[in-house]
Amino acid sequence: MLKDITIGQYFPGDSIIHKLDPRVKILIIALFITSLFFINSFYPYIFILLFISMVVKVASLPVKVILKGLKPLIFIILITFAINIFMTKGEVLFNIGPLTVTKEGLSTAVFMALRLIFLIVGTSLLTLTTSPIALTDGIEKLLSPFKKVGLPAHELAMMMTIALRFIPTLLEETDKIMKAQMARGADFESGNILNRAKNLVPLLVPLFINAFRRADELATAMEARCYRGGDHRTRLNDLKLDRKDIVIFTSMLVFFGLIISTRYM
Amino acid sequence: MNDVMIRLENVTYEYKSYIDDSILTAVNNVSLEVKKGEFLVILGHNGSGKSTMAKMMNGLILPTKGDIYVMGKNTKDEENIWEIRSKAGMVFQNPDNQLVATIVEEDVAFGPENLGIPPAEIRKRVDEALELVEMSEYKKHAPHLLSGGQKQRVAIAGILAMKPDCIIFDEPTAMLDPNGRLEVMNTIKKLNKEEGKTIILITHYMDEAVEADRIMVMSQGEIVLQGTPREVFSQVDRVKELGLDVPQVTELVYELRKEGIDIRNDVLNVEELVDILC
Repeated sequence: MLKDITIGQYFPGDSIIHKLDPRVKILIIALFITSLFFINSFYPYIFILLFISMVVKVASLPVKVILKGLKPLIFIILITFAINIFMTKGEVLFNIGPLTVTKEGLSTAVFMALRLIFLIVGTSLLTLTTSPIALTDGIEKLLSPFKKVGLPAHELAMMMTIALRFIPTLLEETDKIMKAQMARGADFESGNILNRAKNLVPLLVPLFINAFRRADELATAMEARCYRGGDHRTRLNDLKLDRKDIVIFTSMLVFFGLIISTRYM
Repeated sequence: MNDVMIRLENVTYEYKSYIDDSILTAVNNVSLEVKKGEFLVILGHNGSGKSTMAKMMNGLILPTKGDIYVMGKNTKDEENIWEIRSKAGMVFQNPDNQLVATIVEEDVAFGPENLGIPPAEIRKRVDEALELVEMSEYKKHAPHLLSGGQKQRVAIAGILAMKPDCIIFDEPTAMLDPNGRLEVMNTIKKLNKEEGKTIILITHYMDEAVEADRIMVMSQGEIVLQGTPREVFSQVDRVKELGLDVPQVTELVYELRKEGIDIRNDVLNVEELVDILC
């Protein structure tokens, strides 16, 4: 059952967006997020929507997958909506019991909910079209200028890679230990929350011990393969910006620049 | 002098016990020469010091006393350590715990990447190494979806991509099913016979030891028995005394001889025995 969990929600494809340099994609999403927070009226949202639907179309992502990404956050969106609709002062539209709904409240609430939805959808576009490996490489490359001020960019990326590598292995192991303990009468599914948490102890203890053992062995194996940190290291697939990446990045820079400037018009 | 791959001179390894502070000896005054192109098998039951010795040959741990030379370079010398590790690669027991990356070819590239080799050359080496272990078709796969034998072959490819002259295998088949064991053993034999790599194989399985040029049996940190597979396994009583088994065929011959049937005592495989008996 644990095997069903998918990590990262990469949706493999062959589109121009999938092939775009991960650094460019990360930066575009950063621009996207920034511009979302600069928007202070409804009409620039049209362009945001346009941007999202264009990416979805070009990368041929199924809309269902994107909506599924919104599901876990629906609660947060609703709370934001409720707080905004009831807490904003202004021209009263109608009352529900002690709560008043104002015209300004309604518009802010819709505005905020849309902002959140766009935020989630926009960022999921990045993870949907970029494989975890490309994402890690991109982050490493983007952070590497900060190495000079002591940021361990390579180490961070290495940790992410190893984590991604071992998530399925550890899930499999959890499954195995769980079954072994269940075979010996352990109960993971009944009782109240406190009891259930307590019952997890015989699962977590072996899992942690094994994880530490694995870490130790992996470190030895890495040393045996001449690993000595990020200096002087080369890469099999080195990231290179080509003309396509630069053209797309520049046009997106202009696009989001214009969206941001609507605030000051 | 030039045909010696690894040389151990009076090597001792001591460590402190976790329980009390007593000094324990894992390897005791061992001297050994491994020739280039040789297929050496080290046998011994748990705690006989064989894994410790393997780790010392790779410079992962240093001997307390004595010296180890890999291609004439002392493992104690910090400057040599990376060259030694790329020339004497090491494959471990658990295939899961030695794969680093989330894609097979990225993992094979890990070693050469660490050596600072240019990307085009890495690509070439990765493809060659995967070809050699017959895993080319899986190069874009995620390692956790492979079988144990396939994972172990990927691990071997990861070592091969560093272009080593010698590969040390520390019980590479201990966690595999019979199929996986066969795959890995065939790969190891191929590397020795066709690629001329020096192989040091540490194992529990007697059937695997039969393939070697030379067998070394360790017990309590010392070499107690040495010779060709025929020489070693013909001494059935001595091998059993050391807590080890002999190959099934050898065992059968031993029992037959005990019953008074007069046949040679150095039979190693089924075909040979069939020839003798029929």
